Amino acid sequence: MTAPAKRIPEALSTLLAGYNVPAQVADELLDADGAIRPVWLPFIEQFAKLGSEQIAAHFARGDQYLRDAGVFYRQYSAEPLQERAWPLSHVPVILHEQEWTTICDGLAQRAELLERVIADLYSEGRLVRDGHLPASLVARNTEWHRPLVGVPPVSGHYLHFLAFEIGRSPDGSWVVLGDRAQAPSGAGFALENRMATVRMYPDKFSRAHVHRLAGFFRAFRDAMDLLPGAEGRRTAILSPGPGNDTYFEHAYIARYLGLVLLEGEDLIVQNGEVFVRTVSGPQPVGVIWRRLDAAYADSLELNESSKIGTPGLVHALRHSSVSLVNALGSGIVETRAFMAFLPKIAEVVLGTPLKLPNVATWWCGQPSERAYVQSNADALYIGEALSRSLPFDIGAGAAIAGAFQGDQTHGRAEDAPDAQLRDWIDANGPDLVGQEAVTLSTTPAWIDGQLKPRPMTIRVFAARTPEGWTFLPGGYARIGKGGDATALSMQRGGSVADVWVMGDAPVGDRTMFESGSFRREDTGMLPSRAADNLLWLGRYVERCEGAIRLLRAYHLRLAETGDANDARLQSIARHFERISFDVSAPVETLLEPSLQATRLCAGRVRDRFSVDGWAALSDLLTNLSESAGTLAPGDDSARALGVLLRKITGFNGLVHENMHRTSGWRFLTFGRALERADGASMVLRSFAGEDRTQGLLDVALEYADSRITHQRRYRVDPTHDTVVDLIALDPDNPRAIRFQVTAMRRIAETLPFARRDGRVSAVLEALMPLETSLAVAHPEDVIPARLSEVRRALATVARRLAAAYLD
Amino acid sequence: MLYDIRLSIRHDYGVPSPNARTQVRLLPTDLPGRQIVRSRLLRVTPRPSERDDVLDFFGNVMTTLAFHRPIASVELGLRARVEVLEPPDSLDLSPDLKGLSAEAAAVRLLSAESPAHFIGASPRVAPDTEISAFAHALAAPGMTTTQIAEALSQALHDEMQFDPGATDVHTPPSVAFAARHGVCQDFSHIMIAGLRALGIPAGYVSGFLRTLPPPGKPRLAGADAMHAWVRVWCGSEVGWVEYDPTNACRAGTDHIAVAYGRDYGDVAPVKGVLRTAGPQVSEHSVDVEPLEASG
Repeated sequence: MTAPAKRIPEALSTLLAGYNVPAQVADELLDADGAIRPVWLPFIEQFAKLGSEQIAAHFARGDQYLRDAGVFYRQYSAEPLQERAWPLSHVPVILHEQEWTTICDGLAQRAELLERVIADLYSEGRLVRDGHLPASLVARNTEWHRPLVGVPPVSGHYLHFLAFEIGRSPDGSWVVLGDRAQAPSGAGFALENRMATVRMYPDKFSRAHVHRLAGFFRAFRDAMDLLPGAEGRRTAILSPGPGNDTYFEHAYIARYLGLVLLEGEDLIVQNGEVFVRTVSGPQPVGVIWRRLDAAYADSLELNESSKIGTPGLVHALRHSSVSLVNALGSGIVETRAFMAFLPKIAEVVLGTPLKLPNVATWWCGQPSERAYVQSNADALYIGEALSRSLPFDIGAGAAIAGAFQGDQTHGRAEDAPDAQLRDWIDANGPDLVGQEAVTLSTTPAWIDGQLKPRPMTIRVFAARTPEGWTFLPGGYARIGKGGDATALSMQRGGSVADVWVMGDAPVGDRTMFESGSFRREDTGMLPSRAADNLLWLGRYVERCEGAIRLLRAYHLRLAETGDANDARLQSIARHFERISFDVSAPVETLLEPSLQATRLCAGRVRDRFSVDGWAALSDLLTNLSESAGTLAPGDDSARALGVLLRKITGFNGLVHENMHRTSGWRFLTFGRALERADGASMVLRSFAGEDRTQGLLDVALEYADSRITHQRRYRVDPTHDTVVDLIALDPDNPRAIRFQVTAMRRIAETLPFARRDGRVSAVLEALMPLETSLAVAHPEDVIPARLSEVRRALATVARRLAAAYLD
Repeated sequence: MLYDIRLSIRHDYGVPSPNARTQVRLLPTDLPGRQIVRSRLLRVTPRPSERDDVLDFFGNVMTTLAFHRPIASVELGLRARVEVLEPPDSLDLSPDLKGLSAEAAAVRLLSAESPAHFIGASPRVAPDTEISAFAHALAAPGMTTTQIAEALSQALHDEMQFDPGATDVHTPPSVAFAARHGVCQDFSHIMIAGLRALGIPAGYVSGFLRTLPPPGKPRLAGADAMHAWVRVWCGSEVGWVEYDPTNACRAGTDHIAVAYGRDYGDVAPVKGVLRTAGPQVSEHSVDVEPLEASG
């Protein structure tokens, strides 16, 4: 069906010239007669008024927002830690609120059904006993976790937050393509998409009629706070960690909802209760929004090999002490083969048919269904029965429209393909399902300067509240890459779009933080693991900076003398050897591991510092890898190191200045002080030791960035005593050991349990004598042996800090 | 037959471990028609901060131990008196493979005894082509399920070498089978993989063997430590039957059952997850002595 030109108003005909909807496909913008749906008109009319440059400028505003906000997603398959720009399709999908309400009504019914199914599977098992669900689809299902059978959720419900993938059939009706219950992702991305589109389309695009998203999140947050056990306890998001493809979203949602972001390691179970390990001791957790797959949640009772879970979590559930959103084991309702049985189960359990059908599915474990799939293979996707992927994420072990995917073969190669397919289904019946190869609707996407129809599906989010299921009014559309409207084109390389649900009149303006003091911040609470990472981040950054300064000193002298055998250069080289650095290696090879370690550490506490800080660090690494192989020793390297130094100090500044979590900032600063004091001790040992040549004292001053101060203060050439006085004993030089020890002592006094029963903490016990000894020392006393003592004392401080707050 | 069972397991954690949690499946239970537990006691040293005994999904006693203070080692001492009943001699009423598969499919249950749990792959027993081929070669048409199970048990006993040094607790059945050696755990996992490849529901049993054989009989392999064997679902008429492939026999009055599951992972005598990873050493001794005055 091509859009007949006569149905398109003149003003829009240019814009829609390339908009040719394929035959037998429903379209979001155009109705069955090729006329523009009224709900789209205000938007499309405004859009048509824009020239191509204006369009580009509008889109750029959205992209800019996403870049500034640091929105990205991570791909598991690609290089480790590879992050990709967020693939926003700039044209929203627009639906009328009336249609949306009908969809949500159907999905609320489905949510209720899924709750009933899962509740049965983890208790009585009536659905299986009565023959509504084959036992093997449950017993062989890796998402049916036996330790959870007979463990009713303390909240009274298994499911609290769901997502549904829906698509529109050629006849215009909506179909559920998949259910998401394990740890539905995307709601945070939906929010970000909205923030971006708000920047792209000003109010004249009748945005006032678009339903806002914030109310949904507030309702969900409030619902979590009302769950049993929530009161007086923490509500947390449990994430698999920075390696996960949706970690950004976990961090984002945690910030947006004011929840604490935790990993399994942060939690301990004691006496049947769940606690988060914090720097001020264990604190009880009442509600966990789980973004971690159930199998990995408890290595003691679930997947033994998991290193990202909390041993004893299932035990705690057995003692009904914590509410999980969603319950462990909820993932089973995502099983593809369940789609074959849910329509019937709805009639049995709810006494009424599904309002919104799911994609037609046939389980090949039953003879007549198997026969149907065999004879209709041309029109079906055939794939794993127990898979929880969406229909269009069909894997390699599958057949689409009668053809095997990938280079797999089944049966005998000499047989005809349809005979092979038949044998395959016969041999593996219970492991396979056939699903109708859905044709999706198309929606406008801006491609090569034109609006083109592209297939789409919508992810709809639902949250349980005391008043029933509530839905995110809008959502998250996936847009297919090619023009082909079969679900196949959704497989990879697509983009995402905002979904606008439009009312006929302006809708209310609600934000996350309206109606009084909603925003709550857990300033007093810092998980031990985060504190540990912050401490190490502080140390790593300082360590990198020190290495850069010293390397620069080396290359400056190399440029000066041109002789690597120069005594001063040899001294620097020996100093580096002590910390396992080979100074003759290229600068970028030397620094890369330390900078990567910094980045890894920073990535683990990313939710705690600014996007700009993160960008500065990435920038630094890019800078370094770009210069790889181009830097000659000497002047060239010295200059590059100067640039790096400015960047790392920039990062350091951003992190330290923009950290708002008080206790987190303390650990970061403590780490920096510890490393700085230790670095200065080491450098003084190497360059102000027995061989007190002035050239080496200069290196020490350069390392400590104290050359100018030295000149101004002592007005003589550096001697051992002046250098030691300035870098070891000065109470006012931020580069001095004593200054940093005092800084640590002050921080230690503000940490929890600094003083108890009239005694100071073990950390203070180690710091106070060190501080005093530095305060009373004379420069000539500060010999290498004394500096070694300082380093040992600092190591004790680090060990005691870890034992008291971080383990 | 009445037995006195003594078991001692000691785990040394190289690094003292804060917040250690351990899960233990060592306490035998009453099994109708199979065994009666007269007394049982599990002593844990040092005294755990928490102890919790519950029945797991398969009906085994699962003991959870938690230590709030760092511990360097833990010692588990079991003493139990168990009466093992003579298994009834019965006619072989088990169906052939085709009949069995229909009977298994007809069982609409998710309870612990349901064959449905024991047909598919389980975490430690993945399908393996070699084992599958081995099992298929033994299963001649017309054989009953019981006959096939016996044949496979015998064939594994003949084919495999009992070798305590060859494998460890993590060795997959495919590896043990390829090398044709292992211990009771490997024998059992391989037999389970073979039976499931034929569509026969099969599970794992952990337990004890009498240490010294009755007069005139050879000492059974695997009596120095906890033992493992296999249980096979032989159709709705016969139900579950236990075979010991390490010793090529049916599990009878010499076998005291402790825990049932799909594979070793479900019944592991000691599972512990420690926050601090260090070298962990374990000592293990078992003594199973028949009492003269039986009954």
